[in-house]
Amino acid sequence: MRTTGRYRAAARMIAAIGAVSLVAACSGTGGATGGATGGGATGGYPDRNITFVVPFSAGGPTDTVTRMIAEPMAAELGGKIVVQNVEGAGGTVGSGEVARAQPDGYTVLMHHIGMSTAPALYKDLGYKPLEDFEMVGLVTEVPMTIVARKDFEPETLQDLVTYVKANAGKVTLANAGIGAASHLCGLLFQTAAGVKLQEVPYEGTGPALTDLVGGQVDFMCDQTTNTSGQISAGEVKAYAVTTPERVKSLPDLPTTTEAGLPQLQVSVWHGLYVPKGTPQDAVQKLTGALTTALADQKVVDQMAKLGTAPVPAGDATPQAHRAKLEEQLGTWAKVIADAGVKAS
Amino acid sequence: MELLDNLALGFSTALLVQNVLYCFVGVLLGTAVGVLPGIGPTATVAMLLPITFGFEPVTALIMLAGIYYGAQYGGSTTAILINLPGESSAAVTALDGHQMARQGRAGAALAAAAIGSFVAGTAATVVLAVAAPPLARIALAFGPAEYFSLVLLGLIVSIALARGTALKALAMIALGVLLGTVGQDIYTGTPRFVFDRRELYGGIDFVSVAVGMFGVAEILRNLEDERTRTAIVSRVRNLWPTREDRRRIVGPILRGTGLGAALGVLPGGGHVLASFTSYAVEKRISKRRQEFGNGAIEGVAGPESANNAAAQTSFIPLLTLGLPAHPVMALMVGAFIVHGITPGPNVITDEPELFWGLIASMWIGNVLLVLLNLPLIGFWVRMLRIPYQVLFPMIILFAAIGTYSLGFNAYDVYAIVFFGILGYVLIKCGCEPAPLLLGFVLGPLLEENLRRALIISRGDASVFLTRPISAVLLALAAAALAVAVLPAIRRRREIVFAEDE
Repeated sequence: MRTTGRYRAAARMIAAIGAVSLVAACSGTGGATGGATGGGATGGYPDRNITFVVPFSAGGPTDTVTRMIAEPMAAELGGKIVVQNVEGAGGTVGSGEVARAQPDGYTVLMHHIGMSTAPALYKDLGYKPLEDFEMVGLVTEVPMTIVARKDFEPETLQDLVTYVKANAGKVTLANAGIGAASHLCGLLFQTAAGVKLQEVPYEGTGPALTDLVGGQVDFMCDQTTNTSGQISAGEVKAYAVTTPERVKSLPDLPTTTEAGLPQLQVSVWHGLYVPKGTPQDAVQKLTGALTTALADQKVVDQMAKLGTAPVPAGDATPQAHRAKLEEQLGTWAKVIADAGVKAS
Repeated sequence: MELLDNLALGFSTALLVQNVLYCFVGVLLGTAVGVLPGIGPTATVAMLLPITFGFEPVTALIMLAGIYYGAQYGGSTTAILINLPGESSAAVTALDGHQMARQGRAGAALAAAAIGSFVAGTAATVVLAVAAPPLARIALAFGPAEYFSLVLLGLIVSIALARGTALKALAMIALGVLLGTVGQDIYTGTPRFVFDRRELYGGIDFVSVAVGMFGVAEILRNLEDERTRTAIVSRVRNLWPTREDRRRIVGPILRGTGLGAALGVLPGGGHVLASFTSYAVEKRISKRRQEFGNGAIEGVAGPESANNAAAQTSFIPLLTLGLPAHPVMALMVGAFIVHGITPGPNVITDEPELFWGLIASMWIGNVLLVLLNLPLIGFWVRMLRIPYQVLFPMIILFAAIGTYSLGFNAYDVYAIVFFGILGYVLIKCGCEPAPLLLGFVLGPLLEENLRRALIISRGDASVFLTRPISAVLLALAAAALAVAVLPAIRRRREIVFAEDE
């Protein structure tokens, strides 16, 4: 009798644990899927779930952008989009996975500027951006800002260039790690200003910004998303925004062109990719759905909160995307080779 | 009384029905993922973040915060019951907590952890409400040099974690530090010890190491001989702490709370030191030092309080300055942004309901956690009566699923196998996993900050001594080393002299 009681307790226990883990697992996949369902599929592509691979962690800026457009895209395609985060090695693990995936239109990659820098940063990448992918279209271009600790001497971008040239042995330039947008922007700044500075890498933007606010390092360049709060609060000094247009959330901040450093143009551009050989019909449908999603007022509003905006309708196309990627691959191959940076 | 007005505002926000509800959902989920081996709060918050997009901002943040500190609570449960820490802090709890469970005192250990966490959570809420902005300013004075010295101090005092010889403990710390170097070097991008596997570029996951070294190794050891099988406890003595227990945990809880609250404020990794340091302090000042490692309730109450206090005060840099101290906080920055709130120093003034509501909700969350966890203790303790042929495969299965779900990286699962075998071999050699885990967690912090401090100073090592906070911490580290080493030297000299005579 006692034994059965014991086993019953055990069984109850197991059932309870099972239930709890099931809840966790379901919320897991539920979260990861983003649960975007659209209207009924009417034969042809898509007739099952489409997986959007994000090669970065869930909750990060790229993941957020992906989930924003996944829902309206699913509605337009009349199917379901599952968002999966495959992290690692600056996005190259997830990209490699998609490059090798079945080219049937059911595996889609969301990647940012890192697509164009990886060939220069990594040896033996295992895939070629232009040859192993079909481009679906550009999604958004997130502006970047040049910011410094608040008691840093230079007052304007021109001052900054003069100052870092005169004090190249003293100034420190922070970034969020090899290949991070802030690292790339920092490289471009050094090229534009014609100076080589001491870079201080951090593991992610959070710690880098913390040390900038704490005055441990001198300046850095990072996405508006990360810096605008500190800029408006006066915790950091801002010099310029790196896009042709000013940013709505920071109307007083000049562009690099206005501030006298027009060579410094950079944005964290995002695009959608499918494996080479994906049927044109599927690519066209994805492009169409992307265009519709980017015109969705809800998406526009959500992106505005991130300090960015959808690309113009003409850029959400395979042609514009390919042109952008080609241009960027060339730019970064040179900048990265000149800087002598290697990630592997 | 501005503070009272603010708190009134906070509680009026936090006590709204949907906020209490989602606070409960948050701490419940947090407890669940804390209990389940493998899935940690970071993964959970990441997965649930998109669901919160439709919520009110304050509700979303209350729930996400609840998951974070709820997981700190839940993590101690598996550490105590089956020696399976899910977070670095819980590794310390496993030391004495699991020994207590083996002696049939799992209930007392769980209760000590719950009570300690509640006291710490309450105190830390007060700290947040009263002194968050000035504390954040102090925390910003910590640069790379200060963190290096702090971590060094932490490593030295933590030799106390070992039960056996200091030499073996040091060897384990060194091995842990080495394992922590696996992956891509953040300064040069050079891959280290990755054997050309891109999957290893991100390093080895802590959860894999903990699950392997503690959980799987313990299971292997249990399987070798039925007589020494310890995970199954037939006799459960008193479920609640005795009067003696209650008397013994007061000091550790208060000290742990103070220590944790102070360390938690530091955004560069202070919170990971909290439980380790508290354990070392309790062991050092205890009159029953020999009980540590063999089921000392102080070794559970102190670190658990420290950990929970730190979990809460680590929100200070995020809430007052918009600077995340932990991957979970970084995700919460994402939540702020999605809800159209720009994280930064202006949040306190621009969104007072959010700031004070979140703080008030933390206290409510702690009450909910106690209400949730104390009745569950009896339930958890019964888990120890699950037959091992059912329990062991389940632990491994859940651990493997949980670990895989972190990043869909099969190498995280292979790592469990590797560390399970390594852990078993080390147990056979009389080496303990806790110092290794500590080295694994702190090693990268040590290296990162050492190199960063030297990069910023252009290679001038005197920064560690010329920056006052760093110099004080280094002096403390030297003193701690002397205290740890001198008695051993004196003893050896005595032996040498005795032989001479």
